[in-house]
Amino acid sequence: MTFNIYDFTSFNRWIDEGLNSIMSPTWALITEMAIIGIVFLLFYAIVGLFLVYAERKVCAFMQNRVGPNRVGPYGIFQTIADFIKLLMKELVYIKDSDKLLFNIAPFIVIIASFMALSAVPFAKGLHAIDFDIGILYVIAVSSLGVVGILLAGWSSNNKYSLIGAMRSGAQIVSYELSVGLSLLTIIVLAGTMQFSEIVEMQRNGWFIFKGHIPAIIAFIVFLIASTAETNRGPFDLAEAESELTAGFHTEYSGIKFAFFFLAEYMNMFLVASIAATVFWGGWMPFHVSGWAGFNTIMDYIPPLVWYFGKTAFIIWLMMLFKWTFPRLRIDQLLTLEWKYLLPINLVNILFMAFLVLMHWHF
Amino acid sequence: MNSFFRYFSDIFHGVKSLLIGMSVTGRYFFSPGQIVTQQYPENRKNLQMFERFKGEVIMLHDINNQHRCNGCGICENNCPNGSIEIISARITGEDGKSKRIIDKHIYHLGMCTFCGLCVKNCPSNALGFGNEFEHAVFDRSKLNKVLNQPGSSIIKGVE
Repeated sequence: MTFNIYDFTSFNRWIDEGLNSIMSPTWALITEMAIIGIVFLLFYAIVGLFLVYAERKVCAFMQNRVGPNRVGPYGIFQTIADFIKLLMKELVYIKDSDKLLFNIAPFIVIIASFMALSAVPFAKGLHAIDFDIGILYVIAVSSLGVVGILLAGWSSNNKYSLIGAMRSGAQIVSYELSVGLSLLTIIVLAGTMQFSEIVEMQRNGWFIFKGHIPAIIAFIVFLIASTAETNRGPFDLAEAESELTAGFHTEYSGIKFAFFFLAEYMNMFLVASIAATVFWGGWMPFHVSGWAGFNTIMDYIPPLVWYFGKTAFIIWLMMLFKWTFPRLRIDQLLTLEWKYLLPINLVNILFMAFLVLMHWHF
Repeated sequence: MNSFFRYFSDIFHGVKSLLIGMSVTGRYFFSPGQIVTQQYPENRKNLQMFERFKGEVIMLHDINNQHRCNGCGICENNCPNGSIEIISARITGEDGKSKRIIDKHIYHLGMCTFCGLCVKNCPSNALGFGNEFEHAVFDRSKLNKVLNQPGSSIIKGVE
């Protein structure tokens, strides 16, 4: 077995063969599933906690503040302390709430982001499931989260929650269109929906360079629409803490609140990693076709560094949006989607199809 | 046709103003030297409070240990919380007349809301605000202060 930081295929095969040699194939499969589940759970928790910390630090720097700096060096243990506090809080029972739906809602939200995460390629071979319709799967699964949000608002017997949930429903249903169509623009260019192939096709240039103008437009539209889809900042009407106290999760306390909180940050990570994979080549290093020497140097940087670097940059962009722009009104939100993003997107797809037909892309 | 052009100019104006906003926050993000937050316990040694800072009420004394308070009691009457107590005394002056002077100007810091009415209403400007702000003590009685320093007297001509 050779542990290769550039290609995890042999490592995976070594684990698979090792498990198969000591137990029956069924048990080996179950064990592999359990291992992957535990790895993803750990990853989910670590990334969620880190993103909460990063958000607070980034927002502080953008407002000329210091941010959390008391718990541990530079405050890195702040979110862990917060999490322990949330774990110890009481789960308040809400009078006249729909108990079953109230308890199920946070799990639906978190399961939706969890399922979508499984399709993300982190590096070569580091990939839980490689569907041949990966992008379709991610779009379908990530939009399940809105069911959880709607249920949370509906079942908590609170007007604030209900208004927040209804806003979130209108918002996600309309922005889902733009997310799908901007990804479709790239699918037209790539000719495939499989994530591993999309990444592989960007070996001699990322899609944002290959597809030039329409790809850049699609990227911007995707960034706006996905920020809205994750209920983040200027589009956080579903929470709108200054209007609706906390929107759909007003009545949630303790660990259930933490689930919503974590799911929001994981959705942000997920959206950023989809953007990085589809537009910026995922774990693929920066290659310029023809420059063999430059490409070899770039290949020495491990794919995980490329992947997390790109994702972190897009997350930073989304944080910049959140801490710069004021919140939109619901009518402004729908105007932006239906009168601007959607027509631009439709024309952009036609443009991209024309470009691919004429072979004007690189 | 006009509305057609307005549609696109709206988009470009929108994007332009968004980019201006992003450049402002982006500039703040990349210039950590502009951070204005004071990190208090660490910078305690070289912390400079501001001249107009309302720390606590003090009685202003000059170098001869003289103050301007004649014990009129206007500050006591103006205090909404009753945190000032004036104990005055009477002495016989040089001209043989009986005269009121301040014996103890008692200030209960624990009841003070730093509204500044006493400082504002003092007719002879005897009171002022100090810069001291670390008021935490272990015993409540330590918050009762006598503002006129022991052995101090009134400046001549202020009465």
